[in-house]
Amino acid sequence: MENTVGYIPFLLLGILLYTSVLTFPSVRSNGFRSRFSPLVPIVSFFYFLFGFDGSVQTTTVWDHSLLPISITFQIDGLSRLFALLITGIGSLIFIYANGYMKGAKYVQRLQCFLLLFMLAMLGVVLSDDLILLFIFWELTSISSFFLIGFKNEDEASRQSALQAITITGMGGLIMLGGFIILGEIAGTYSISSMSSPEIISQITSHGWFVPMLILILVGAFTKSAQFPFHFWLPGAMKAPTPVSAYLHSATMVKAGVYLLARFSPVLGDTPVWNIALISFGGVTMVYAAFQSLFRTDMKSILAYTTVSALGIMVFLLGLQSSDAIAAVSLFILVHALYKASFFMLAGTIDHETGTRDISQLGGLGKVMMPLFAIGILAAWSNGGIPPSVGFLGKDLIYESTLHHPAWAYVFTGLSVGTNIMLFAAGLLVGWLPFRGTRSHPSVTLPHWSLWVPALLLALLGMIFGLFPSIINNGLINPVADAIAGTEQNIHLKLWHGFNTVFYLSLITMGVGFLLYNLIRPGAKLLSFIESAEHWGPKRILHALANEFVGVSSWITMTLQNGKLRIYLLVILGFLVSLLGYVVLSDTNFVIDKEQLTNITIYEGITVGILFISVFLTLFSGSRLAAVAAMGVVGYTLCIIFVFYSAPDLAMTQFTIDTLTVILFVLVLYRLPRFIRLDFSARHILDGIVAISVGALMTVISLEVLQRTPEREISDFYALNAYVMAKGKNVVNVILVDFRGADTMIEIVVLTIAAIGVYSLLKLRLRKNEKME
Amino acid sequence: MEILLAITIGLLYAAGIFLILRRSMVRLIIGLILLGNGANLLIFLLGRISKGKPPIIPEESKVFLDAYADPIPQALILTAIVISFGLQSYAIILVKRAYRVTKTDDIEELTTTDEI
Amino acid sequence: MNTIILKTASKYLLPLLLLFSIFVLLRGHYLPGGGFVGGLIAAIAFVLHAFANGLENTQQLMRIHPGFLMPVGLLISAISGMAPMLLNKPFMTGLWKSDPVPVIGSLGSALFFDIGVYLVVIGATLTILFTISETR
Repeated sequence: MENTVGYIPFLLLGILLYTSVLTFPSVRSNGFRSRFSPLVPIVSFFYFLFGFDGSVQTTTVWDHSLLPISITFQIDGLSRLFALLITGIGSLIFIYANGYMKGAKYVQRLQCFLLLFMLAMLGVVLSDDLILLFIFWELTSISSFFLIGFKNEDEASRQSALQAITITGMGGLIMLGGFIILGEIAGTYSISSMSSPEIISQITSHGWFVPMLILILVGAFTKSAQFPFHFWLPGAMKAPTPVSAYLHSATMVKAGVYLLARFSPVLGDTPVWNIALISFGGVTMVYAAFQSLFRTDMKSILAYTTVSALGIMVFLLGLQSSDAIAAVSLFILVHALYKASFFMLAGTIDHETGTRDISQLGGLGKVMMPLFAIGILAAWSNGGIPPSVGFLGKDLIYESTLHHPAWAYVFTGLSVGTNIMLFAAGLLVGWLPFRGTRSHPSVTLPHWSLWVPALLLALLGMIFGLFPSIINNGLINPVADAIAGTEQNIHLKLWHGFNTVFYLSLITMGVGFLLYNLIRPGAKLLSFIESAEHWGPKRILHALANEFVGVSSWITMTLQNGKLRIYLLVILGFLVSLLGYVVLSDTNFVIDKEQLTNITIYEGITVGILFISVFLTLFSGSRLAAVAAMGVVGYTLCIIFVFYSAPDLAMTQFTIDTLTVILFVLVLYRLPRFIRLDFSARHILDGIVAISVGALMTVISLEVLQRTPEREISDFYALNAYVMAKGKNVVNVILVDFRGADTMIEIVVLTIAAIGVYSLLKLRLRKNEKME
Repeated sequence: MEILLAITIGLLYAAGIFLILRRSMVRLIIGLILLGNGANLLIFLLGRISKGKPPIIPEESKVFLDAYADPIPQALILTAIVISFGLQSYAIILVKRAYRVTKTDDIEELTTTDEI
Repeated sequence: MNTIILKTASKYLLPLLLLFSIFVLLRGHYLPGGGFVGGLIAAIAFVLHAFANGLENTQQLMRIHPGFLMPVGLLISAISGMAPMLLNKPFMTGLWKSDPVPVIGSLGSALFFDIGVYLVVIGATLTILFTISETR
């Protein structure tokens, strides 16, 4: 098992390669290639299952001596659990999606996005470098944007996708700020090297610790849909159900939890961390569980219970006791198992009956026995009824809250309350649609791919509960080690005897069942509960977002108005004010006349001609006169080059100037006259800008002339021109020898320009262009 | 003389910028050429000017015996002159082509990207 | 510009100017001149001929389209730049024949590089100008 970690980069590349192959339009019948896609996550799953045992392994792909960034992957228990969830549930989702999307358009496209997402998620959980982690983190946001907005013809879908990427993307950017502070104060961007005690104390005692922590927490909270950023997750339910099952139960939303768990050894157990996580997690778990009770849409219920479960995890990570860490390690797995099966169940019911509204569904149990079984098993695990693995998870949660030194009663009360509500919500999804009178008589049992994956997951929840030793040492204990940063000793046991925790479990089940019988969500309750959301943080963020859009569009309309003149004026105005400030504040306007050469009469005449021709170019109404005057400007420059020892330049300038004038005459012949415009305010403004730029250039060149020139490189060329390159014309030697590669590129550019001209003119013209 | 050349540079820059702010596309290109000339002269001047000392090693000698004009700005400008010819010809053909489609030389009428 | 004088003059000017351009090209390593200027002078020679005798006549005289000079020139420059690599020297290292040749001086790979530049400049300039004159 030594070198298995080295395959991780290849695995990620392989997934990317397969995804890009999938993007090519398929030649054979639709979806032929897509049938093979489930193999990708299945292979990856077995790689992570058998290739690693939870010990820490690292591989570095690329390292830079100057940049603090490296491409390093590390796998430990925590990473492995997530990788297994991502690929394992991914495999089932791919099989499920093939059944769910059968005959639909764009199956391949969905798979591309799903694979891309899987790749990004694996990257997040396997990266050891902060920046690398951030890149993958944002990639999950981007790929989930496409997945949530997959039904892109639907307005609401697009809106939800935009909302999700705004919240998570914004959070990601804020988190990047935190990462950079963290990297700087730790002196390393490698997460694994931060866990040494010296660096931890260096980080936690640093003055920037609190701002840094807050920035990182914002990133994690937005991703994991913590209050008050939670609302994007219920909105994201517009996605096709396989996507919801994958992203919003087991993987993406847990990225925030992963991040907190990953940094728990470094940043955890500080007052800010504990207070923030306990309070935000606590509010989220209670609030979202409460919200979930009054929903009628199955996916909506599941979304809110997911938010609540994420709240529980954050809450547990805030407690930091070893009980709490054990609880969260197990709960990540438990929740993924039952929530993904719930989502797939909801998707299948929706697929077969056309509705997800629990008030319109009933009696499905008679025809969909396997689905009913899924519902019962998932609700069982969700409710924490023995002997499911959910029972073990809830046990550990109560254990950790009961042992809190100061607030045991409050925390236990909160978590019992949350679990009661979640219990009832689970029954609403997993039990209610299958009981009572049949609502959809014509519905039959769907294709196996629509229920076998969910059943498998639900069964696993029961098997792990009955035989906790399967997961105890291999899976859960290494996770707890990684979160705690020290060796943990977990013993998962189904039966602990008649203790407080057991009685609390009984209370949860009893009250939960009572609550389920009391509450029947309907339109009235729904509108009541939605009004709470309406006035909540969602509204504030929406108003902010609208304001932001307004300001941005105003700026865009003002600056990017399609008028070249305005663009140029803005750029030049900025240049003049910035450069002008620097130059004016740093110039003494003293010119040392000693160094300067005198003006001879022929030089004076040449410059005089230049001045006159520039003015002619500016104000001539005739185009030919303007071009001729421009030509004269070129020739006078040529004479100036002759005066000052630049024969090569003079020759080139002379020939090029001639050719330019010929070119202009040839073209202008066919163009209209200048537009005659009366002298106006714009001329004055343009004139002021133009003159100030010109004056600035004059001042700058005079200022530079006052300094001693650096001629080191020139001297090198002059010294070696004959010795090394056997040429005496140094300018030519530079062009064809010392800087020959530059000249090579230059003639390539010239060739491209000629080809461009040729193709622009010889290109077949469109209908609306008359051939003359 | 340096002061006069510096003023010339300023004039070329000012004239070039005034012309690229005009609405006529032909004037825009003339403005670009004047700007290019100004930039060339600027580089030339900043390499310091000297009379009668071209950067050519005299016969019967292997190195310079006397002071010589800086060859680097000259090499730079030579390249710039040739490249700017390519740029100018491409720009003016673009104007010609645009005129054929839109029948106008007025930049401000070219505010949409459609149909070109 | 269809004057007899120009027509007659251009007939003699073309070979003279071409010869001059080659002269400028070859002496470039020692005295003012080189591939850029030489190429431009040659281009002007052809343009002048085209003005006097009409574009068709010039193109007939040239036989090939000037555009072909560009890839040829690029190839010559590239080969002269890469030739040292065959001798295990870095790209663009100057190679020299030991005995000097009259007018040109030492014969070396830099000269071939300059010849490539010369051809590209002629090709590009003439392609641009001829294309414009053709499409009225």
